[in-house]
Amino acid sequence: MIEVKKLNKRFKNLHVLKDVDLKIEKGEVVVIIGPSGSGKSTLLRCLNLLEVPESGDVIFEGIKINEKDVDINKVRQKMGMVFQSFNLFPNMTVLENIMLSPMKLKKKPSDDANRIALDLLRRVGLSDKADYYPAKLSGGQKQRVAIARALAMEPDVMLFDEPTSALDPEMVKEVLTVMKELAYEGMTMVIVTHEMNFAKEVGDRIIFMDGGTIVEEGTPDVIFTQPKSDRLKEFLSHF
Amino acid sequence: MNFDFLPKYYNFFIQGTKFTVLIAFFSVILGIIFGTILSLMRISNNKILKAVSTAYIEFMRGTPLLVQLFIIYYGLDFSRLIGGDLGDIASGIATLSLNSAAYVAEIIRSGIQSVDKGQMEAARSLGMTYRMAMRYVIYPQAFKNILPALVNEFIVVIKESSIVSIIGIHELMYNADTVRGVTFRPFEPLIIAALIYFMLTFTLSKLLGKLEGRLKLSD
Repeated sequence: MIEVKKLNKRFKNLHVLKDVDLKIEKGEVVVIIGPSGSGKSTLLRCLNLLEVPESGDVIFEGIKINEKDVDINKVRQKMGMVFQSFNLFPNMTVLENIMLSPMKLKKKPSDDANRIALDLLRRVGLSDKADYYPAKLSGGQKQRVAIARALAMEPDVMLFDEPTSALDPEMVKEVLTVMKELAYEGMTMVIVTHEMNFAKEVGDRIIFMDGGTIVEEGTPDVIFTQPKSDRLKEFLSHF
Repeated sequence: MNFDFLPKYYNFFIQGTKFTVLIAFFSVILGIIFGTILSLMRISNNKILKAVSTAYIEFMRGTPLLVQLFIIYYGLDFSRLIGGDLGDIASGIATLSLNSAAYVAEIIRSGIQSVDKGQMEAARSLGMTYRMAMRYVIYPQAFKNILPALVNEFIVVIKESSIVSIIGIHELMYNADTVRGVTFRPFEPLIIAALIYFMLTFTLSKLLGKLEGRLKLSD
């Protein structure tokens, strides 16, 4: 579904991604782990071109999307993204946050958009918060709304950029539960996270990045019980 | 204090206030229009537009309003084009609005830039174009951020409009000064003028404060 070939990205003199190759199949849950600054978030953000790669290809559903004549906005409608800092629109209610893109981008009538939004809120367990403004929600609730907002576009893949890193420990679980359900429903997911237990439980494949390259990848069993490289062993010893 | 002159001269203050409100109103409206255009030039990626806008803003903020007024009044001489009084008023409004535009532009620019970067990313990640993201996500938030500063700027325009009395426009300050001249009372007419200015600015800030309160609902 997504293929990355020889991806390179530099911020000024910092070479963040070095010839990264990656393939993600439909229905797969891929979890990217690694120390801070290893390039994992940048790699994720390159998938929907929030970061523009310097060289290499990003192919999504057979289309090379980092080509000039590709309408990236159309592509992004098929790729939901969830951010560490939620990024809910503070001037809109929870319901309006979710309804905005189906109405403006898919031209859904507001009745339809409303029904979709309420359905999604039920799925993430926040039906009672529909008319709240984001400022009135806890971090965990905000992130669940953000997931619902991304799902409202009925994406083919969901990208998660450290979705629980800004949350208090007691709120991490509620977000991970929603993500788990999503994974079991067969959603293709790419997740950057520091939650190793979650990675073990939900990931089909774990990717360990360090210094801008993929150092090791494999099933959770292999990665967590038989790490080959010293860097991965060292990294896992912190958890 | 002696306000005995009021029954005879009160109409001077009323007429003057009308002119002050008229001039301030048009200056504020035009200031917002020019200011919005300038701010869009300022944040655009086009280097020339950006440079023109930046230079304009710096120049207008760095030179006295009085100098700008004289440049436009004597230099452009609207009164020769469209006739005496109307030309004077046009000079006054042109100066005040062109000056205010520079401040409004900076207010709008900082308002847009104060919206968290993540908001644009979230909007774009949903598939919105840059324009849509600005329209539905960034501008509404920026508007809320800039409203207090904008109200402040409107108040400045009302107060600074007194400067156009120098070119002979019969607004509040000019008329108050006229009353001072004919009554030989240096103090009272100006006190009345000050009170009227205060009433105007205070009412405006209260009215717009209410609007602000309503926008704060989401906080």
